[in-house]
Amino acid sequence: MGEFKIIEAGPCTTVQDRGRYGYQRYGMPVAGAMDDFSYKMANLLVGNEAGAAVLEYTFQGPAIKFFDGAIIAVTGARAAVYLNGCLLPDWQSFFVPGGSVLSFARVEQGARSYIAFQGGLQVEEKLKSRSTYLRGEFGGYQGRKLKKDDCLEFYGQPQKTDYTCRYLPEKFIPDYPSKVEGRIILGPQVECFSEEGAKNFLKGRYKVTEQADRMGYRLEGPEIKHKDGADIISDGVAAGSIQVPGHQQPIILLADCQTTGGYPKIATVISVDLAKIAQLKPGDIISFREIELAEAHRLLEEREKLFQQIRTRKMKFGPSKFLNLKINEDNYRVMIEEIRD
Amino acid sequence: MANYKFVGDKGILVEFEKKIALEVHEQVRKMDAAVNSFLADKVLETIPSYHSILVFYDPLEIEVNNLLAELKRLEKSCSEMSPENQRHLEIPVLYGDEFGPDLDYVAEYNALTPEEVIDLHSSQKYRVYMLGFTPGFPYLGGLPERLATPRRKNPTQKVIAGSVGIAGDQTGIYPISSPGGWRIIGNTPLSLFVPEAQDPFLFKPGDIIEFKAIDRNCYQVLSEKTWDEDERKEIEIG
Repeated sequence: MGEFKIIEAGPCTTVQDRGRYGYQRYGMPVAGAMDDFSYKMANLLVGNEAGAAVLEYTFQGPAIKFFDGAIIAVTGARAAVYLNGCLLPDWQSFFVPGGSVLSFARVEQGARSYIAFQGGLQVEEKLKSRSTYLRGEFGGYQGRKLKKDDCLEFYGQPQKTDYTCRYLPEKFIPDYPSKVEGRIILGPQVECFSEEGAKNFLKGRYKVTEQADRMGYRLEGPEIKHKDGADIISDGVAAGSIQVPGHQQPIILLADCQTTGGYPKIATVISVDLAKIAQLKPGDIISFREIELAEAHRLLEEREKLFQQIRTRKMKFGPSKFLNLKINEDNYRVMIEEIRD
Repeated sequence: MANYKFVGDKGILVEFEKKIALEVHEQVRKMDAAVNSFLADKVLETIPSYHSILVFYDPLEIEVNNLLAELKRLEKSCSEMSPENQRHLEIPVLYGDEFGPDLDYVAEYNALTPEEVIDLHSSQKYRVYMLGFTPGFPYLGGLPERLATPRRKNPTQKVIAGSVGIAGDQTGIYPISSPGGWRIIGNTPLSLFVPEAQDPFLFKPGDIIEFKAIDRNCYQVLSEKTWDEDERKEIEIG
């Protein structure tokens, strides 16, 4: 077991895994990582099985002091990562010696990042998951966001000799633009909307408002008129569902959403696009495009293949070379490593 | 015949007649039980509600059209199935005073005395149509029309765990303390949600419950209980 301490927590740093399934019929939200692509990749890069618990942070990463050596990887929103003040690459695993301090600059692109630890974070499982459900003060680390001085543990105690570098090739690293297109499957209650309302939805550009958190994003844009009132008999909802209450503005439901709802849902965002929606910030713009269900499933399979590829691929660094540079009269030594598959 | 609709790329909504009614919910209950027993290896989980079931599946594991065909086949055969055992539970409630701050309002609104509200509320059988809103929150059908009361306009007050409330023609119980807009008429000492328990939720969709008015002494005794699984079985009746 390895241990680390939170020196600074950041505004919303929580323990998350793939989510809490099997209890939605009792009203228990799934929770789990908002950006499941970055989450899974972070675990794969440190050699974890799918489902291990990681840290998710929003906008500003935590500062962490390691008491023991760890193998970690940082993925998701782009922010400079520092180990004892030196810049480290993201989307790549590396060994962190005990005593080091990991810290982050503010996020430059995107909203959420993931820190995976080889072995996975050790917090008590609640209903078969380690995810934090914030509103229910349930799961994760004491059911809450992390605070300064919290001490967490991860399974195993890796040595530097255990370390094999894994990285995600540049071409697969997602961009997090501030304008995105969310591909959708129409329904299940598209018939509750006027023709004009549905057209506005498909043609409109919607702004993410300040009311955007792990439960969902309220959007602002062209009105989506109902045919006849905004109430339906409550039914089950899914992450990605876009519900439209009486104010005729859409809300995208996300990881911590309630399991049932009484507003009609015009469409549902496809699974692979939830990861980019998770990376939107207030003020960002989203538009929607309808696609076929078969296409959504093909995209999901394609992404699964990439996960498989990274899972089975072990990439070692070749011998290091050093270059001496002189910039503005200061001398620098730069280490260059050759990457081999 | 049910209506089948896609909910994104991982969900199928099986929708029966659009109304809140016992006979529709009975179809939901049968179909939900059938899906969870006969298609357990093909679906991830289900959310049964008033008139529909949301079925989640993993498209990497099963072809959606196959699942759709299986669901339709099951729908045909499950109407003849005898419904699974339905539980009857008795829920002790201390009505009024600080535990039911809105009892007087509900009485006044419906031109009843507080005692009449209590009698009416505790002499009905209610069905758990679905759970939602917060973990373990039961949406109960069967509230007498004479008790229907609109929600609070300003839903910011803190409602304590165990509060029994009325909103429109629905009644429900708050499993955990949370903000809410329902009119609170009483409180049950039972725990609806025990995170540490093997089976953390008191209610299941489809349960039938009855409220029983209790006094302060009884409330005190019951609230000191731990309500582990064995003790919870005590409230099963009929």
